[in-house]
Amino acid sequence: MFERGLEEKTFWLNLGPQHPSTHGVLRVLLEMDGEYIVTAEPVIGYGHRGHEHMAENRNYQQFLPNMGRVDYLHALAFNQGYCMAVEKLMGIKVPERAEYIRVITAEMNRLTSHFLWVGAYLMDLGAFTPFLYCFDDREHLLDLLDRITGSRLTYCFYRFGGVPVDLDEEFIAGTRAFIKRLRSRWPDYDNLVTKNIIFIKRTKDVGVITKEQCVQYGLTGPMVRGSGIAYDIRKSEPYSAYPEFDFEIPIGDNGDVYDRYIVRIREMEQSLRIMEQALNKLPEGPIMAEKVPKRLKPAAGEVYQAVETARGEFGCYIVSQGDIKPYRIKLRVPSFANLSILPEASVDNLVADVVAILGSIDVVVPEVDR
Amino acid sequence: MIDYFKEVLGGFYSLLAGMAVTIRYFVKPIVTVQYPRQKIEMSPRYRGYPQLIIDPETHVHRCIACDMCARICPSQLITVEGTKFPGEKQKRATKYIHEHQYCSLCGLCTEVCPTDALEYSKEYRLAGFRREDAVIDHLVLLQQRQYAVGLPVTPIPTEAEIAAAMAEEAAAKEAKAKAAEKAKAKEAPAEEVKK
Repeated sequence: MFERGLEEKTFWLNLGPQHPSTHGVLRVLLEMDGEYIVTAEPVIGYGHRGHEHMAENRNYQQFLPNMGRVDYLHALAFNQGYCMAVEKLMGIKVPERAEYIRVITAEMNRLTSHFLWVGAYLMDLGAFTPFLYCFDDREHLLDLLDRITGSRLTYCFYRFGGVPVDLDEEFIAGTRAFIKRLRSRWPDYDNLVTKNIIFIKRTKDVGVITKEQCVQYGLTGPMVRGSGIAYDIRKSEPYSAYPEFDFEIPIGDNGDVYDRYIVRIREMEQSLRIMEQALNKLPEGPIMAEKVPKRLKPAAGEVYQAVETARGEFGCYIVSQGDIKPYRIKLRVPSFANLSILPEASVDNLVADVVAILGSIDVVVPEVDR
Repeated sequence: MIDYFKEVLGGFYSLLAGMAVTIRYFVKPIVTVQYPRQKIEMSPRYRGYPQLIIDPETHVHRCIACDMCARICPSQLITVEGTKFPGEKQKRATKYIHEHQYCSLCGLCTEVCPTDALEYSKEYRLAGFRREDAVIDHLVLLQQRQYAVGLPVTPIPTEAEIAAAMAEEAAAKEAKAKAAEKAKAKEAPAEEVKK
């Protein structure tokens, strides 16, 4: 594999594993012809921790904190997916108020994930200022989430059958104030980033992914929506309280890096809408299902539950053999499938554009390696 | 040609618009907290390390050493030992070690506790020089907290006391068992007579 480099006058370049724009320990092996890419090969596995095997050695509750650490940026969606899968297996019905609280907090977490992506991605492209603006807004969200979940990053908040703590008045008032504040800041983001000529020149018509490629590679999330396919688990397989809210799925038309950016920005506005509606419609009632046993022992069976994370479809597949420990847990993570498009999308691009394409995939490396 | 100039002018305008945003924020008041001098209050549900609650009535902890927290902990980092002292109805913790360096702050221990003996502290200054600095002895910590607010300090039972209590407990159990046997022995002949 390494021999043919010199003869054909191409050379190999390592992007990572310790590179500031790979967001973690991802190594991309690039075969270069001058400034142009001939092949790009992601090398994964540097952050492998064996979460799936860990699940086989502990009982259902003890696996909960792991779910905050697979995808640390949208941890609450992973919490939700796992909890919902176990609830499906056990036949536990979650009270309506708990579902609403889950939706509100998961959408807030989606916003923090997108904010971090926008900031870090623009820093990859060489813009430092938007990073600070994004982290300013993200800080407000983290303070609110800290208020209810108790932690700022690796959340372990949902429980089987509901949520452990209720929303308080200050949280609701703070969230409403934040929605208002963020809406007043969209024009700033527009002027600072979206309409910026340098940003447009860097991202338009770069890394185009066609609809056919999306289907072939099994992409999900903003990647597939950027290419014009309106696929969102929240709409196509509605779960939790999502069918009760009115929101749109933003889609791009060209499938380039710019479209994926626009899709994410417009998705954030939709998250705000969901949060606003959920706060307005928040029902009264219990937050925890009755009769949830302390020692979970589901009957033998298999269950699959998919949720929409900030990066795409997260699926949790549990095989139970009637024991207190799961026989097998398979985590279908979005970043792993999304990363597989990188070799095809980056061929014949400049090396600087590979950073733009890799960033637009929004890859979370602990999630790829898990 | 006209398109080219349009693009240049449009691009220049977009850069100026971006500059205008930053300049507007430049003149706004500073929001940074000057940390060592100013401190932010932790939110009410902030998760520091779990600690034993000082009961507002009895001024001691409520731990009955049932071992539920140690069993549910995903990292198996809690060690609880307890003994039943003579004259008390329930067991009482004699040792509660929490190895905080392995803790993922999931909150399962505080929720599973049958007597609600655990709560989260608001402590965020956790830096230490050795790994052992992160190991928290909850009974010692409780004493420090009781001392800090001027409450009577709960003594930690010494090993001799525990051994004495256990011996007494064992003796009491034996006496009970013997009494039960005697009662049985008394009942048995009575039954035989009846037959």
